[in-house]
Amino acid sequence: MQNASGHSISVNEHKFGSSIHGVLGCKNCHTDIKGYPHPDKIAPVKCAACHADQAQGLAASVHSDGAEHPCTSCHGDAHSIYPKSDPRSTVYPLNVPKTCSACHSTDGMAKKHGLDSVYPSYIDSIHGFALSKEGLLVAANCQSCHGSHKILSRKNPESPTNKANVPATCGKCHAGITENYLGGVHGKAVAAGNMKAPVCSDCHTAHAIEQPTADAFRMRSTPICGSCHTDKFSTYRDTFHSQLGALGGYVETARCWDCHGAHDVLPASDPRSPVNEANLIATCGKCHAGANASFVKYQPHANARNRKLNPALYYIRLFMNLLLASVLTFFVIHTALWLIRSRYDQIKRKAAEGGKNA
Amino acid sequence: MPDLQVVATPSVENEGKYFRRFTPAQRYMHAVLFSTFLGLAGTGLPLRFSQSLWARKFAGGVGGFGAILFFHKFCAIILTLAFLVHVKDIVQRGILNREKGIFWGSTSMVANWKDAKDLFGHMRWFVGLGPRPQFGRYAYWEKFDYWAVFWGMIVIGFSGYAMWFAPFFAHFLPGWALNAVLVIHSEEGLLAILFIFSIHFVNTHLRPDSFPMDMVIFTGVESEEEFKEKRPLEYARLVEEGKLEERIGEKPAAWQLNFSRVIGFTAISIGLILLVLTLSAYFRE
Repeated sequence: MQNASGHSISVNEHKFGSSIHGVLGCKNCHTDIKGYPHPDKIAPVKCAACHADQAQGLAASVHSDGAEHPCTSCHGDAHSIYPKSDPRSTVYPLNVPKTCSACHSTDGMAKKHGLDSVYPSYIDSIHGFALSKEGLLVAANCQSCHGSHKILSRKNPESPTNKANVPATCGKCHAGITENYLGGVHGKAVAAGNMKAPVCSDCHTAHAIEQPTADAFRMRSTPICGSCHTDKFSTYRDTFHSQLGALGGYVETARCWDCHGAHDVLPASDPRSPVNEANLIATCGKCHAGANASFVKYQPHANARNRKLNPALYYIRLFMNLLLASVLTFFVIHTALWLIRSRYDQIKRKAAEGGKNA
Repeated sequence: MPDLQVVATPSVENEGKYFRRFTPAQRYMHAVLFSTFLGLAGTGLPLRFSQSLWARKFAGGVGGFGAILFFHKFCAIILTLAFLVHVKDIVQRGILNREKGIFWGSTSMVANWKDAKDLFGHMRWFVGLGPRPQFGRYAYWEKFDYWAVFWGMIVIGFSGYAMWFAPFFAHFLPGWALNAVLVIHSEEGLLAILFIFSIHFVNTHLRPDSFPMDMVIFTGVESEEEFKEKRPLEYARLVEEGKLEERIGEKPAAWQLNFSRVIGFTAISIGLILLVLTLSAYFRE
């Protein structure tokens, strides 16, 4: 059965009956239909009549301007809406990413608004795997972080994904880590309003979150810290730790947080910091069995180009460079002249013998 | 120079003959030296220039840093053993057996006044200001090669083992020395690589008199003509001491020459490729 514009108007009695609205009659929603034949134009159903709170949230959200019926875009077919605890529901936790992906995936509607395709990143993330592979209901899905009806742009200070609110948002599940983070230098800086300091998503990303102890993330991790700590990154790169680490297949070499801690990063002056002088033997000893007081005087961020900070290293490097330059300069000149002279003699000799020149 | 006269007189009975310059032990030593050196250079350079693309590609291809480090240490141990065998040999021959010519004299590797004169004389000849000097068993650039490698082994070896066994070395080295050993190891290694793959290659193999390769280190023998031309004083000394006959060797067989060529050209090619990669990475740093 179709209406004038060709849309099906048949309703599956069983499906509707088992849906959350099954106890209602048709006229509860289709209030403008009084009898038969129906009017030519039928007003859209106003879900807000019952769901006022949700409608209010939606009206304030980024989705308020949807051309389609705002509710059915996410909740699906109006005659088979189930409670979100029902696996048949489009907003059941395990179905949420799929539902959002209708727009927020490659070539989705969101692209028209200049938004990234986030679904592929999410579904291959640690949260996505927990959800799709393990069916973990507590795994973070889209609405765990973004909310559901009142979804706000991250630029909005009220949004749970606004930078200032990210620690609290992640902390809804990761309470212990968030507590550590809030006690560290980064957490304190963000709490004090320094928005240059990183929150969870600056290091872990928002959607493509990986298992941080896995090789892939370890291999890619130091540039993340290095994107802010550029000076420390460049001196780290001069050391054996970095040289080993850069080549792959040797993921256990020390990365930033192996020494500094990850969430509860503290200044070296703090006695609780793993890089505080009193803790160095234990910290270095995690990898270097037998590390002693002299061993931990090693400087993991030494700068051989800085005479004031590392004079011994500076002069050793200078000496080695001078040695290298002088030996090579002398011998390059010596050997080049020799080559020319030998070739000259050879040509002369062969010419005298009446042979060819080569 | 009076020696020149001796050289100019061809000894008819030795015409077309080959003379031994290196013993099999010395040739094997060189083979161990260059193969482990190529191994160390090939695995050390990706570390030194770990940010360059080729280093990462190479490391990825051979199984990452774990494989590189294993091979580097393996070559290091072989080279260390070779070095110790050589030192033992020197001590045995020079000190215990009191063999002459090890520490002093015309067959010694130790530099002397003649080497200084040869260096200046040779350079005067380069620019056409004098005659070509007459060289003995080991010319000054060969002695420099030897001592550069000798010093390099001690410096690179010590700094390498200090990194390998850092907690142990920390018992008697100050903390900053652990930073210094990496700088020393990498700079000295770089010097060795640049020197061997450019200067040694040209001085010994690629210059017109030897081009494309001096086979004597592989076959152990050189023709009388070449011997007299390259090392007239050594030839004259052997003639004078009546020891020339003792040194007559066999003309290398065709397979021996071909085998040497394959090995030698492979080594030189690897060296030249590494040289290009090193220079490109060094100047991009």
